[in-house]
Amino acid sequence: MTALLVQTLNGLAAASSLFLVAVGLSLIFGVTRIVNFAHGSFYMLGVYIAYSVATYFGNAFGFWGGVLAAGVAVALLGVIVEVAILRRIYAAPELLQLIATFALVLIIKDAALYIWGPEDLLGPRAPGFTGAVEIFGRPFPTYDLLLIVLGVAMLFALTTFIKRTRFGLLLRAATEDREMTDALGVNQKLLFTAVFALGCFLAGFGGALQLPREPATLNMDLNIIADVFVVVVIGGLGSLYGAFVAAVIISLVKAYCIGLGNVAMFGVEFEFSKLTLVAEFIVMALVLVFKPNGLFGRPFSHPRASEVIETPIGKPSNVQYATLLVGLMLAASLPLVFDEYTSVLATDVLIFALFAASLGLIIGTAGLGSFGHAAYFGLGAYGAALAAKAGFGFAPSLVCGVALSLTASIVFGWFCVRLSGTYMAMLTLAFAQIVWSIVFQWDAVTGGSNGIVGVWPPELFSDRDNFYWLALALCGAGVLFCWWIVYTPLGYALRASRDSQVKAHAIGLSVMRLQWAAFALAGALGGVAGAIYAFSKGSISPDVSAIPRSVDALVMVLLGGINTLLGPVVGAAVFTWLQDTLARSTEYWRAVLGAIILLLVMVFPKGIVGSIQSLTASMKKRSAA
Amino acid sequence: MTPALDILGLKKSFGGVAAVKGIDFNVNAGEAVALIGPNGAGKTTCFNLINGQLKPDAGSVSLFGENITSRSPEALFRAGVARTFQITATFATMTVRENVQLALMSHNGSATKVFCFATSQHAARADVLLNDVGLQSQSSRPCAELAYGDLKRLELAVALANDPRLLLMDEPTAGMSPQERDGLMQLALTVCRERKLALLFTEHDMDVVFKFADRIIVMNRGRLIAQGRPDEVRANEEVRKVYLGSTHV
Ligand SMILES: Nc1ncnc2c1ncn2[C@@H]1O[C@H](COP(=O)(O)OP(=O)(O)OP(=O)(O)O)[C@@H](O)[C@H]1O
Ligand SMILES: [Mg+2]
Repeated sequence: MTALLVQTLNGLAAASSLFLVAVGLSLIFGVTRIVNFAHGSFYMLGVYIAYSVATYFGNAFGFWGGVLAAGVAVALLGVIVEVAILRRIYAAPELLQLIATFALVLIIKDAALYIWGPEDLLGPRAPGFTGAVEIFGRPFPTYDLLLIVLGVAMLFALTTFIKRTRFGLLLRAATEDREMTDALGVNQKLLFTAVFALGCFLAGFGGALQLPREPATLNMDLNIIADVFVVVVIGGLGSLYGAFVAAVIISLVKAYCIGLGNVAMFGVEFEFSKLTLVAEFIVMALVLVFKPNGLFGRPFSHPRASEVIETPIGKPSNVQYATLLVGLMLAASLPLVFDEYTSVLATDVLIFALFAASLGLIIGTAGLGSFGHAAYFGLGAYGAALAAKAGFGFAPSLVCGVALSLTASIVFGWFCVRLSGTYMAMLTLAFAQIVWSIVFQWDAVTGGSNGIVGVWPPELFSDRDNFYWLALALCGAGVLFCWWIVYTPLGYALRASRDSQVKAHAIGLSVMRLQWAAFALAGALGGVAGAIYAFSKGSISPDVSAIPRSVDALVMVLLGGINTLLGPVVGAAVFTWLQDTLARSTEYWRAVLGAIILLLVMVFPKGIVGSIQSLTASMKKRSAA
Repeated sequence: MTPALDILGLKKSFGGVAAVKGIDFNVNAGEAVALIGPNGAGKTTCFNLINGQLKPDAGSVSLFGENITSRSPEALFRAGVARTFQITATFATMTVRENVQLALMSHNGSATKVFCFATSQHAARADVLLNDVGLQSQSSRPCAELAYGDLKRLELAVALANDPRLLLMDEPTAGMSPQERDGLMQLALTVCRERKLALLFTEHDMDVVFKFADRIIVMNRGRLIAQGRPDEVRANEEVRKVYLGSTHV
């Protein structure tokens, strides 16, 4: 019993920081409708800055000054980011915004690497709160008690601030009704900047408070952002109380899991301490099934200018058939012309082309946001690798991988299509994180962080050129299938559900079932890519299903041009080449990649193929006039 | 004779706002009925309740004697209910013909096929429907380029693709010139008579209402305040009061 109480206190202490970071993200989303992936990076910066200030001064002033300085510095950075970047993309489609903020994640990560180095940095303990008090006969850190008090105090402070001040009034108005803010004659730009700064302050401040509890590391950004998404979605986007309640729920679930330790159930040993992430996401999935807008959220209107640039499709033209034929022949002759390294790189391109094309099916044709496509890639890879390790042959192993990702996409898809918009997109990310955490933490089966090595194809395909041709056949068929779908009645029905959901319902289309089918199909095809990937590399690690992999696919699709057939393929080729070139030329390739992505999002929001299409279309119009 | 559409005690509120406060009416097969009333009377909400887009708080909707309350719009489409929208809803990234073809595919249960081209499906039938509504010359244009009045026409063609038993049209002629209005309503009325379908439409243009409706139902603030033949409604005191100043009845 006392153990339970102690775990409860532990959970509550952890909830405070999580609440501060989550409420920041939630407020920003409420007003700007931007899902800020970089919010976790701001949190991470908070920890690092607090570390630097605290160790530089080394006393109570240094520590508490550092906590405050972290909040303020991050808020200032937030202002710069908002004015320089976000302001230009408020009207852009949601996925582009997401990509832009992920580019920031890459840049901030490398900046932190440059400034603070790759080592974990252990901060000082909080002066005046280094001891412990006895609670139910057990020592409990006084700093954790302070955090609990601070968390509640911040909830009250924020509530009062938002209820009583003019700024708070405007913030609420903007969250509830965009047009009303316009009518109030508010300087909207200023409001957006101020809210963003406030959110960033909370992230930096929340991060700094964590310093005595955990070391500053470079992967804090994505770890916390996954938690924060879960909290915000459970609580309801834009809700202050929701963020608090959900932060408490999630932290308690985690604390209890850790407290449970190893438990034998149904004859199987469960390591609950390693299942924290899974437990967290199961809670989230359950909440969303019963309350699709979170515990305290309302449905959001999404008056987003997600301009559909697609033109009617019809049937493939003869020119398209001819181009396809020539393209296939060129692709097939590639190993005859270039060296082996090119074949290896080109195999990557093929795999990612299929991965991106399958994602394109969901986000383009079906118009659904997915932040977590790597789940299916990863499951395809692990399914195939595990089967191969268990002694299955090459082809059966590939089938196992695909079957695993198909099963997962059917199950996950069932939940996802019940939600809409941002909630759905965040749920996809959560599912991908579940997959990642299972793979990462289930040492006995998946090899944990080391992954699985020695996954080799049969003799014939150990030759790089032969493997390339195999990949061309399989991935090529997959990509062709993605293209084909677009022309079929099913493709049309999916686009109809995207273009106008009410109308689709009214003409008898079961929108939810169609979307579910798209989800399953895309998941299976992503699994094909993953399964081939495992054999092409010979070894895999949990990275195959991590957030960056999901975002890579999004970048490829958007880079090439969403809703264009060639887009994902071109995007995959350019992205793979770019990443390879950058990674070989600089240690800070992530930051450079991030900068390039930002530039592309702001200058060519339609992607490469999309931009070329618009250009030729406008040239045609001009010559016709 | 069982009415095609029979509505009993239908109620719906949004939060605190009661939009429809318990109304009863019916529409017979082959009959054209106009549902009129000032802005915010609850007409569109009624349509949404009938075609399953909203679930009523109370009351029932029957189609040819069969209780269809709270069924999904998809199920009702299959049961022979078609509707057009006040704010036109079409598939903007498809051509005019493809919009109709998709509705035909759905009607024929072939909208999830994956081994044929969508544009090869029911092309001839789509052209007949487009010809009926006068859109034949625009059939290959992207829907996004269409004028508002033409979108309304397209909506009618899409609705007719279902070969409906009950057709609901929410302000079908908004944004059209008087001649175009008559043309479109005449077409709807012809179909209504020939195929014995029940036609229920809302309309703010009183000329259209009195010219084409066999019967008129008047709503105000969620309540049914009058119904009857056009001349009866025209003479009704309360209707006059409601419409006073806004439209001459
Ligand atoms: N989804 C909704 N949520 C909240 N209130 C709604 C909703 N839909 C309609 N209402 C309200 O219900 C009432 C009836 O609206 P409805 O659209 O049915 O009127 P209407 O008769 O079609 O008006 P109009 O002639 O302007 O089309 C209005 O007060 C409207 O504001
Ligand atoms: Mg209306």
